[in-house]
Amino acid sequence: MDTAWVALALTLKVAGWATAINLLLGVAVGYALSRWRIKGRDVIDAVLTLPMVLPPTVLGYYLLVLLGRRGAMGQWLQQNLGIELIFTWQGAVIAASVVAFPLVFKAARAAFENVEPTLEQAARVLGLSEVAVFFRVTLPLAWRGILSGTLLAFARATGEFGATLMVAGSIVGETQTLSIAVYEAVQAGQDQTANFLVLVTSVSCLAILLGAGYLAPGRIAGQAQRGERSCGK
Amino acid sequence: MWQVELRSRLGNQASAFELDIAFTSDAQRLVLFGPSGAGKSQTLMMMAGLNAPQQGKVVYKDKVLFDSHSGIHLPARQRGLGYVFQDYALFPHLTVRQNIGFALAQGWSNPSPTHQDPAIEHWTAVFQLQAVADLYPEQLSGGQRQRTALARALVANPRALLLDEPFAAMDRPLRQRLRSELLQLQAELSLPMVLITHDEEDVQAFAQEVIQVDKGQVLSDSNPSD
Repeated sequence: MDTAWVALALTLKVAGWATAINLLLGVAVGYALSRWRIKGRDVIDAVLTLPMVLPPTVLGYYLLVLLGRRGAMGQWLQQNLGIELIFTWQGAVIAASVVAFPLVFKAARAAFENVEPTLEQAARVLGLSEVAVFFRVTLPLAWRGILSGTLLAFARATGEFGATLMVAGSIVGETQTLSIAVYEAVQAGQDQTANFLVLVTSVSCLAILLGAGYLAPGRIAGQAQRGERSCGK
Repeated sequence: MWQVELRSRLGNQASAFELDIAFTSDAQRLVLFGPSGAGKSQTLMMMAGLNAPQQGKVVYKDKVLFDSHSGIHLPARQRGLGYVFQDYALFPHLTVRQNIGFALAQGWSNPSPTHQDPAIEHWTAVFQLQAVADLYPEQLSGGQRQRTALARALVANPRALLLDEPFAAMDRPLRQRLRSELLQLQAELSLPMVLITHDEEDVQAFAQEVIQVDKGQVLSDSNPSD
């Protein structure tokens, strides 16, 4: 049964890192896409949303081509920094990050677009710099939408299988996450292990969902209503 | 006092709109009067620095706030003007006290709900908001919202106050009461105010000088006190 706890710990570590990376990148990209009226914005949005619809194996293949020993980035990383990502837990983090990224940036973009522009203007007239406007008005009004996207991304990263298997493989204690461990156990005919792993996975996911409900209570109802109203424009 | 020249092409291709406004005024209570869509709000936003015209000049009390020729464009935060938005634009995530004290904290975090400051106490008392100071904007009545918006603007010690349709969202009795409150406030503070409205009663009650605007142009500029 030790495999299960090792795999659970690894899964939480990988999903946690992937979520942290996505929170930073997703909020930044979501904000940029909601505010910058640049040409090709729709194309950028579509490309960044691809990981949500592409088969995980296709994503895994892209990542291998990019980060592999002969890949453009992989070669550079190894020669200059001595970093190898393929078949490491850091590689699993990257695979999980890419797969879950659209969930955060989509939610962040929608949340930022729902913030009333006049509220930001009111803050500017009151003497605030653009950075202060972001941290004191925009982000506090958008955090609920961002949080819900982030929790979904964490759940998605926890369950990630295909891309992770291709990029990071299935090394016990290093890259064998819960979902991969389940697959391995079933393939090897270890029904008891598989049962236990499935139970652990299900209970963990239930805990995440309950935690999500607890973290996002119905505070400031007016704020939510305002968001819904401006959705229609 | 005010010297304003604004030229700008507004709107999209379907409803293009030429804004060409020019006026000077020394009035303590200036009213821009005209139907909705006349360009009043755009004018006020350009005076405050929330929008830039393509060409023009905005001068207030010998200080150039905007000049397209010499490339001067002071951002809104440096103009020292107070602005009361049509829907008041109170921050929904902050209490009345935090809204009023908003300009006093210039860092990256908002004043705490228990933040004490003489200026907050003063303006909360002036506008009789003590009882609702810990409530959120959505819990306030229309009149209380407007008073909170006024207090929030005045805490920052503005050099002038710009008001966008401040009475539009109110029923008649409340409108009349708040008009006289605003008049009294203007007199007590001798703070120059610019108000925009489509309501003739606002003009009669408040204006020292009225500039009539329609379709982006100044139709007339009359100074009744002359």
